[in-house]
Amino acid sequence: MPNPMTIVVGRLVQAAAKLRGGGTALPGLVVEKLEPDFAVKLLSELPLGVVLVSGTNGKTTSVKVVTELLQAAGLKVFTNNTGSNFMRGVISSLLRKVSIRGHLDADIAVLELDEAHAVSFVSAIKPRYTLLLNVMRDQMDRFGEISYTAELLTAVACNTTDLVVLNREDALLAAIPYKEKLAAEVRWFGLTDELRSEFTAFVPGQENAAALLASFSGNTAHIKLDDTTCEVPLTLKGIYNAYNATAALALVHAIVPETPVAVLTAALSRVHSPFGRGESVDVNGTSVELILVKNPSGFDLALRSFDANDCATMITISDDYGDGRDVSWLYEVDFGSLEQNGVAMVSGSRAFDMALRLEYNEVALQAAETDLKIGLDRFLATSPQLPHRIFCSYTTMLSLRKLLASQATLEQVI
Amino acid sequence: MSKSLTLLNLFSRHLNGYGDEGNLLVLRKRAEWRGFTVRIIDFELGDNPALFEDADLIFGGDGHQSSQMALWPEVERIAESLLQRIESGVPALAIGASYQLFGEYLETLEGERLKGAGIFSAHTVLEEQRKTGNIVVLSSNFGEILGYENHSGKTTLHKGQEPLAQVISGFGNNGEDATEGARSGKALGTYLHGPLLPKNPQVADFLIAAALEQRFGEPVELALLPSPWLEQARGVAKSRPR
Repeated sequence: MPNPMTIVVGRLVQAAAKLRGGGTALPGLVVEKLEPDFAVKLLSELPLGVVLVSGTNGKTTSVKVVTELLQAAGLKVFTNNTGSNFMRGVISSLLRKVSIRGHLDADIAVLELDEAHAVSFVSAIKPRYTLLLNVMRDQMDRFGEISYTAELLTAVACNTTDLVVLNREDALLAAIPYKEKLAAEVRWFGLTDELRSEFTAFVPGQENAAALLASFSGNTAHIKLDDTTCEVPLTLKGIYNAYNATAALALVHAIVPETPVAVLTAALSRVHSPFGRGESVDVNGTSVELILVKNPSGFDLALRSFDANDCATMITISDDYGDGRDVSWLYEVDFGSLEQNGVAMVSGSRAFDMALRLEYNEVALQAAETDLKIGLDRFLATSPQLPHRIFCSYTTMLSLRKLLASQATLEQVI
Repeated sequence: MSKSLTLLNLFSRHLNGYGDEGNLLVLRKRAEWRGFTVRIIDFELGDNPALFEDADLIFGGDGHQSSQMALWPEVERIAESLLQRIESGVPALAIGASYQLFGEYLETLEGERLKGAGIFSAHTVLEEQRKTGNIVVLSSNFGEILGYENHSGKTTLHKGQEPLAQVISGFGNNGEDATEGARSGKALGTYLHGPLLPKNPQVADFLIAAALEQRFGEPVELALLPSPWLEQARGVAKSRPR
């Protein structure tokens, strides 16, 4: 159990940081200095342990699905906010939830784990369950090599004690050389043959899947779990979210096998996209949707999942560390789906690179503006009758949230 | 019927790591916008080197270290056909890993020397540390060239080998002699990503003009292509921190 003084000091720093409008980094840093194993102590006391969710694309949405399904099964779930520093973000979330006497009122923790922090985290806390979604090419200069990302995820799987749920259609996850070394049981999720063509990044896997996404149309998924096919109308949009939901369902079903599948699928139907992953907000009567695009595969999936018709489109790209410093990745995305309707605005520090990119795809563009605030205001003033959609790189998503927060009520996300 | 150019994409399956699709797209579009069609041949491991005979332009992209290692044993088999084709006047652009393949040899981290195609009189030594960041170079032929570098190789040009450009800011070939890339006739080698060609269309047009001249036997005047965003994109690229 952690020292109550750590919690008091951490809370004070958190309150002070909040007054200043700051984030999660400082309270986390202070607590880490005071009590380096603060998070380890709290998380290792949880009766059902820790669930980790990792992979290149879809982590945040999958964590939300897993959390809400476990809650539907009657569990108290602790989950983390995503921040710039993983461990400090976890500590900051813990500070908000822990009692002053050092008790965390939760049965299980579901944590989104960025690959970059994977190894240091699992060396401190062994997860009981791990879900690995995919290993795709990320921002080109973030890790250097995709095989390195696969190694990081390998370390996570090897340190998991009970169950690892893996994507059998992802060649790097399916070809895992460590399969024999795993202490935990492995379950696979997959796609039926008909759906594989929708996921160009994947190659058909051979493993026997515990859960299959069997079909997806009109936002209704058919998911085959334990040889029974369930029809699940989804609130989440897009086929890649349906696939990640299949993975989450397989994982939760394994954690709480006694909960009827119908209870889980009913909860799955109700899950909304987290903000920045397709959730809409209302800004003075106009619906605005932010879609985070961090890498070529994610951007491609997003463009294919959201219909460009009857919608005004903006793209915001910057080149800070969180976005990827090298903008080359924009050329690995196919913008063909935007050809017909064009793009109303591009913004962010690399707006003109994005404009040039569209030029070579012969997508009509109305305006480019490097300043995000000016770009957003001008975009919102165009075609007020249409819903507005913004595809945004990571740091531009954070900035746009702040700009939109002054005009709309947003879900609390850090 | 429109006139057609053939572009050979060297080891496209292994060497497409850093936005190289963009370089191919720019070559294709800038040729098409001037009324030429472009046929792209993907040259893969094990393919017949006679395919080089059809090429009017040779492109080699960059690849992750792990995937390019498989290619080095192939170099010997294709080196002669590649060299002959380039010596006959076919233009070539080699980025990153391909630039290293076009050199005389590559020294691995373990100290092993792998023989290259010898288009450029240069060699590369791999190092643990990657050199990454925005880079600006100046070429006597192409003016200012802008891009982003991300490589773990340190390349040394041998005596008499012309560089592609001089480094203004960035690392370049080796961080010591302020050279970046190499140029031998119409063959260009460079570490620049970005990708290279969208923001440096003068390089793309040089390659296209050279390919057309090679194909049709006479110099071709390329029509200017105005771009509404190019100058601003170049301005921003130059102003970003490394």
